Amino acid sequence: MAPARTERTLRGRVAIIGIGETDYYRHGASPDPEFKLALKAILTACEDAGLDPREIDGFASYSDDRSDASRLAAALGTRGLRAATMQWGGGGGGCCAAVANAAASIVAGLADCVVVFRSLAQGQYGRFGQTTGIETISGEKAYLMPYGVLAPPQRFAMRVRRYMHEHGVRQEALRAIALASYHHAQSNPRAVMCGKALDAEKYDVSRWIAEPFHLYDCCMENDGAAAIVLVPAERAADFRNKPAYLLGAAVGSGYRTGAMPHNSPLYASASFDTVAPDLYRMAGLGPSDVGVVQSYENFTGGVVMALAEHGFFKPEDANEFLTPENLIAPSGRLPLNTSGGNLAECYMHGFELVLEAVRQVRGTSVNQVRRNDVAMVIGGPMVTPVSNLLLGSEATL
Amino acid sequence: MSDTVNSSYLPAGLPIPVAEHDSLSAPYWEGLRRGRLLVQRCSHCNIWQFGPEWICHRCHAFDPDWTEVGPCGRIFSWERVWHPSHTALKEHGPYLAVLVEIPHAGSVRMVGNLLGDPRQAVTIGADVEGVFEHHPVSDPPYSLLQWRLC
Repeated sequence: MAPARTERTLRGRVAIIGIGETDYYRHGASPDPEFKLALKAILTACEDAGLDPREIDGFASYSDDRSDASRLAAALGTRGLRAATMQWGGGGGGCCAAVANAAASIVAGLADCVVVFRSLAQGQYGRFGQTTGIETISGEKAYLMPYGVLAPPQRFAMRVRRYMHEHGVRQEALRAIALASYHHAQSNPRAVMCGKALDAEKYDVSRWIAEPFHLYDCCMENDGAAAIVLVPAERAADFRNKPAYLLGAAVGSGYRTGAMPHNSPLYASASFDTVAPDLYRMAGLGPSDVGVVQSYENFTGGVVMALAEHGFFKPEDANEFLTPENLIAPSGRLPLNTSGGNLAECYMHGFELVLEAVRQVRGTSVNQVRRNDVAMVIGGPMVTPVSNLLLGSEATL
Repeated sequence: MSDTVNSSYLPAGLPIPVAEHDSLSAPYWEGLRRGRLLVQRCSHCNIWQFGPEWICHRCHAFDPDWTEVGPCGRIFSWERVWHPSHTALKEHGPYLAVLVEIPHAGSVRMVGNLLGDPRQAVTIGADVEGVFEHHPVSDPPYSLLQWRLC
């Protein structure tokens, strides 16, 4: 008789046992090339776990990371490579999906010890949104670039403007998200913006990049690398840190989100209309169970939409919910981006958010929240595919 | 009747739109050069589709027909851009990009610039008409579809 099939889920099957990052730099300021940054972050994560790096047998990343899995395996002398996954899509939409792919490799028995990482040296390879030097353009960008819709803030501003129009969201809601990130960065020595405080007045008088985005609504561009190590849950106790277990993950986007240019049926959206319910279903949890959220901020407006789509408030209540007091650790209503995130810690393409969620579950964040059993990460609002994660302590299993 | 201009809303030097190697969007760009707005419409199930694709997303018939559409619509969203993301835009000052939906073509949407004062107040829902902006001496030559308030 065939054995009964077990439930298809990642819930409780995989643990994050190590985290590591390099120093974070302003773009172009890294003394190390990109591949060396990746190696340093991976070794730091292994050291954190108490793991021999030669035991790694898989690598996962996203956004076309240039640090190739086979080269990493050769450089580190890993004994055998058993999983190498790259998540399709750009931006930070893959920052949680890469973790999901690594976890799926482990649960499926393909690999036993998978590193998920992102490495980025924009000084070496050029900045995002750099458009000078392109003579002709085809495909989606052909419908945008000749009209001056060139760089990411310009590509997302109209989506946010429409959302603000449909739901009466005010600029102050966007501002609160920026203020929370900068507030948290002031106590985070890793943060590039540590020592550069932001207040409401400074935000209000800052220059427009593309309305409705002020300068402080936009993420930084940085150099650095960050990595985590995943093992099967049954091995979690073999390592030195308190494990953070994967409670759920989801990837994708809804009906025709990828209809370009700007033709997705649900336009004023962060693309989580199907992905947020999938996450909660796998985890068996709801928004009220979540104590702390790291939400990818390419631009603050995307965070407003992403949080609403994850059920933390109705879009019509965004102005009331999104206040600095509600978003700040240790005991705001929903502490948000407690490391400073993409706006103020480092634009590690959202992967710094995954590390911060692990720290919150461990209880080791510099902005530690009180309700830390369940931590959420939201990756890549407004792109497709997007992804998300729920992490939890052993007590949540 | 929609208008035609030979002056350019934005300075010269921005990327020039061309069809893909497989020519998927060639009818659209050739249409603009002739002062016509063409949008895909499936001849089997009549659904509109923009941007173009090789297949109808509803009934899966290949090669949806290109249908001429009157270039008028209404503003669905907008942005005023201040930061120059290209050397051609340095010192240019703010400009307006609008997302226009075309109700009589399945409410497909297109991005263009809103002609006139770049500092004007913009209203979502306002009616706009298309203006073909030709660049005949550029290499390669091309045309854009801009918008102005009706």
